[in-house]
Amino acid sequence: MLLSFTFHFDAGKTIAAGFKDSLIEMITFIPALFIIVGLFDVWVSKEKIQQHIGQGSGIKGIAIVILLAMLQAGPLYGAFPVAYILWKKGASIKNIFIYLGAFTSFKIPMLGIEIAYLGIQFTLVRTLVSLPFFIGIGYFMEWYLKDKDFKVNTIG
Amino acid sequence: MGLKRGWFMFRNILVPFLNILILVSIALFLIPPSIISRYLGPESGALGLLIAAVVGSITLIPGFISYPIAKGLITQGASYAVVATFMTTLMMVGVVTLPLEIKYFGKRVAITRNLLNFAAAVIIGLVVGMVL
Repeated sequence: MLLSFTFHFDAGKTIAAGFKDSLIEMITFIPALFIIVGLFDVWVSKEKIQQHIGQGSGIKGIAIVILLAMLQAGPLYGAFPVAYILWKKGASIKNIFIYLGAFTSFKIPMLGIEIAYLGIQFTLVRTLVSLPFFIGIGYFMEWYLKDKDFKVNTIG
Repeated sequence: MGLKRGWFMFRNILVPFLNILILVSIALFLIPPSIISRYLGPESGALGLLIAAVVGSITLIPGFISYPIAKGLITQGASYAVVATFMTTLMMVGVVTLPLEIKYFGKRVAITRNLLNFAAAVIIGLVVGMVL
């Protein structure tokens, strides 16, 4: 980036501006996500997770992961560590992927911005249309990975 | 204790995350919002839908930038289907972040998830376009 500043000033400047925007997004949201992950790890017991969003948790489990995702904020890659902790604590495959889906589209802070820019009608239709797809993907992944020794890794 | 654990995880992941940010910025430079607007405009049709899906998948624009872009597209006369597809792939499919996702979920799961979400995003876009 420094090199491009010297040789190709415009490119470097644009990339730097994009970097700054993404950095702001990361700095505002990601640390909060990790605080959640850390507290989650310590406070919520494995039994509780297994009972509420583990195998055979049904509709209530789906509702819980969607609600959990809605209360968060930040880019999708910030949700991967949360997915790791959910998996580690025994959440079902289905619920992990429903969580990821809901995280992409139903975060309340983002919905607020979406309503402000695109209107309540667009936002409502988009979320309602998306919801069954996320749940469907969750079920599909569970079926697809049933006998495949699915695991989530942590980094570092 | 919990805070400490969160901090350690955060510290471990800081470098891969910063790398992603650099890639994201470069992608944003190569495909700037002005070009996106031009190709997703009113007369883009089915091709526009495809372009929206592909561009949305590759780039990873922070939410507070992508919504103004979407608003701009609609004001310019782009269809709701195109905008919904673009927004959905932006959020759900991440080619740039795929290496990171593979580290977490493994190659097969990460690629399957992205392919599924890509298909879902196009259908979501079409349905939204039909409803609105």
